[in-house]
Amino acid sequence: MRLSLFMTAALAAATLQAADNSFLLRNVTVHPVSGPDVSNASVLVVDGKIAEIGAKITSKAKVRVIDAKGLHVYPGMIDAGTMVGIAEISSVRETTDYNEVGDFNPQLRSAVAVNPESDHIPVTRANGITSVLVLPATPGSGRGGGGGFIQGQASLMHLDGWTWEEMRVEQSAAMMMRLPTMSAAASFDPATMQVRRGSYSEGRRNFETQMRTLRGFLEDARRYRTAKLAKDASLKTDLRYEAMLPVLDGKSPVLINAARQREIRTAIEFAAKEGFRLIVAGVRDPGDQLKVLAEKKIPVILGSPYDTPLDDDAAYDEPYTLAARLNDAGVKFCFASFGAQFARNLPYQAGQAANFGLPKDVALKSVTLNAAEILGVAAKAGSIETGKLADLIVTDGDPLEIRTQIKMMFIEGRQVDLESKHTRLYKKYLNRP
Amino acid sequence: MRTLAILFALAISASAQQAIIFQNARIHTVTKGTFTGAIAVQNGLITAVGETVMAPPGARVVNLNGKHVIPGIIDCHTHIALDSINEGSVSVSSMVDVTEMLNPESRSIYDALAGGVTISNSLHGSANAIGGLNVAFKNRWGKDAAGLIMKEAPPSIKMALGENPKRQGQGGQSQFGQQQQLRYPGTRMGVEDVIRSAFVETKAYQAAWKEYEAKRAKGMAAMAPRKDMKLEPLVEVLEGKRLVHAHAYRADEILMILRVSQEFGFKIAALQHVLEGYKVAKEIAEAGAGASTFSDWWGYKMEVVDAIPYNAAILQKKGVLVSLNSDDASGAELMRRLNLEAAKIVKYGGVTEDEALAMITINAAKQMGIDKYVGSIEAGKHADLTIYDGDPLSIYSKVQHVYIDGQLYFDREQDLAERGKKAALKNGLIEKEKADEKRNAPQRPAGAKPPTARPGSAESESLDLDAAANDSARRPQ
Repeated sequence: MRLSLFMTAALAAATLQAADNSFLLRNVTVHPVSGPDVSNASVLVVDGKIAEIGAKITSKAKVRVIDAKGLHVYPGMIDAGTMVGIAEISSVRETTDYNEVGDFNPQLRSAVAVNPESDHIPVTRANGITSVLVLPATPGSGRGGGGGFIQGQASLMHLDGWTWEEMRVEQSAAMMMRLPTMSAAASFDPATMQVRRGSYSEGRRNFETQMRTLRGFLEDARRYRTAKLAKDASLKTDLRYEAMLPVLDGKSPVLINAARQREIRTAIEFAAKEGFRLIVAGVRDPGDQLKVLAEKKIPVILGSPYDTPLDDDAAYDEPYTLAARLNDAGVKFCFASFGAQFARNLPYQAGQAANFGLPKDVALKSVTLNAAEILGVAAKAGSIETGKLADLIVTDGDPLEIRTQIKMMFIEGRQVDLESKHTRLYKKYLNRP
Repeated sequence: MRTLAILFALAISASAQQAIIFQNARIHTVTKGTFTGAIAVQNGLITAVGETVMAPPGARVVNLNGKHVIPGIIDCHTHIALDSINEGSVSVSSMVDVTEMLNPESRSIYDALAGGVTISNSLHGSANAIGGLNVAFKNRWGKDAAGLIMKEAPPSIKMALGENPKRQGQGGQSQFGQQQQLRYPGTRMGVEDVIRSAFVETKAYQAAWKEYEAKRAKGMAAMAPRKDMKLEPLVEVLEGKRLVHAHAYRADEILMILRVSQEFGFKIAALQHVLEGYKVAKEIAEAGAGASTFSDWWGYKMEVVDAIPYNAAILQKKGVLVSLNSDDASGAELMRRLNLEAAKIVKYGGVTEDEALAMITINAAKQMGIDKYVGSIEAGKHADLTIYDGDPLSIYSKVQHVYIDGQLYFDREQDLAERGKKAALKNGLIEKEKADEKRNAPQRPAGAKPPTARPGSAESESLDLDAAANDSARRPQ
């Protein structure tokens, strides 16, 4: 052990208390994501934070040493939109806690419904994902999304912790919203088993009515804010309006799902008019809004690149090249699984994009640093930099390549078990006589 | 002169294909190792494969410069290109056949092709214990329905166990809010009974026909039993002429269908999905049934609560013939990345790369009874070849060319090259439509005001709704 005996009493106490979240990882190639790779290097983690990176570690902290010769260290990946922890079996309603009743639920906080014992947590973790943004509702627009117009606060959670409180990284990373769309004009008629297409004017009327309802709520929230700022003694606390204050102040972004050009334009114009900070989720066919997203520096959360194209005459690889097109246009984006069952495949979403034109370094950022920046936690997560939380994965190769194995994981410096229900059942039945 | 030459060339291609020799190829035969060499193709068949191969006379030389060639991928369970999938009103729907529903214009065929898949086994759905008849076809994009069908493939039938077939027996509301008609069965016990009862009935029907034929053979007077279109395919199952693809998830129901098949003396070509197959791998291997599964699906319904991505590897190690399928219905989403599904089995459970590739080629071919013709790169087999620009199990490899019966059906270069032309064609059509609309629009009387905006719609005007209505037509390519 290459350690000094010099330590103050206070440091010794702290180190002993938190001995499990301090370590020195040696003989690794470090991929900080925020800067160039460093080979034959070490990473020193003290009290859950990255203390030093380099070929030579100068710190004399007394920590355990992990030799990981020949392996690679990357920041833990971030899934910027999942149901991990809030849904167990998607088709069994009793096991899901998203999509609350009602149109306006900004007061809902997804963090409180996260089950730390969910089987999805270790399964997702095993492929290198250390944090997930837990969504309060299924993403979608118009009739496609779940729940109301303002669906609640999406919480960024570490995939480790005894309680949801310990897992929580950022309780309110974004306010999730669903905007009405013109597609609300179509309705299914069970009597004829036909989809009834409403007229354009009917669709437009529906859209306007819903937009008015939404704006009415926001207007009320603003009045509440004015009264609160004026210290109006007669004002009764309203949790819904209270929850809207950071959004109205532009401190907390709104996350709006918008797949196509028209929906994206609606979302951009809505956010601009309301003065909201906007994150657009689920972009699939941005059309002429691509340059608007770039000009206005609006970040995007992309879903699976494996979707088949939206239109029958689109190129077969249109969804594959979407990330590259966003990147070429100068739009910042990250990836999300938007579900639970395939959250573990997040790295492959980025890998697929890299196969179709996205530079590999950007692909890696799109599941690490970009996600942290978009979700407002880049000061503490998303890359391997001094002072950031030690959310790290140790791999035997490129984490975006399917055959690569994750060998170790650390969340806030704690080494996390990579076993899961899946590996336990595997071993049990492989050994069945 | 040039026209003549083209006509001549067309005439040749119509009668006999020009031979091809693929050189400098990294060849994954799947059954006979991986090496760098050449493949000779003549009249739609592979005539030779090896490190050095004599070029057939007049062969066109295709230098692959180290690109990787694998057998065309075979998807043992999909639903693409079918206009309808489930006849769910009865518990036994063996009288219906999805072959009649095959839509050769479904773009899923092209998407699957672009993902390297040359053969699709499009199955009836899983709404009933005994389902309809399936269709196996080659993704010969551009051919009509009859031209797609793989004539060499034996016929097959779908069966389904567990949650899907019992759903209609559990009542409750349909997804459209109507009270649902109850339909037996509503339990796994009932599912077993439906299948056993159907085969008891089939045996009696088969015996009646045999008796009739025996009497006729002796010249005795006899009346033919009434033809039963529901039971005819089940007779073929008992005679081993029609393959069974049985959708199953849980270990209990897997074991049940194995025992029922043994009771009546038929084989299960492939247990489909079979996500708990790993729990009864020994029993599946002993019964000689195949298993066609997903790589990493789980947690989407109750009966997959114990699904694990190590399923395929455990089954393989315990001697079961394993393939990976897509179960794609509305689009070829998973189908076009089955090579990456195979890579997952290397990751989860450590099968060899050949074993992984076998799961999307030769093993699927065996489960479909077509391994004599396809599924590996061997002399005498169909020249169904998928060519990647790199390691076929790498996420960074792209399908470059796909050949079926020695003919090029997908070429990425060509696809890319034609996009500009297609976009121009589309824009032309849009412009024409716009011009037509303008010409046919009712004329406003001179001096009349343009229509005013609806009261209260000023806000949404800014959302550019009228332009929005044209969005789908204005998408850039």
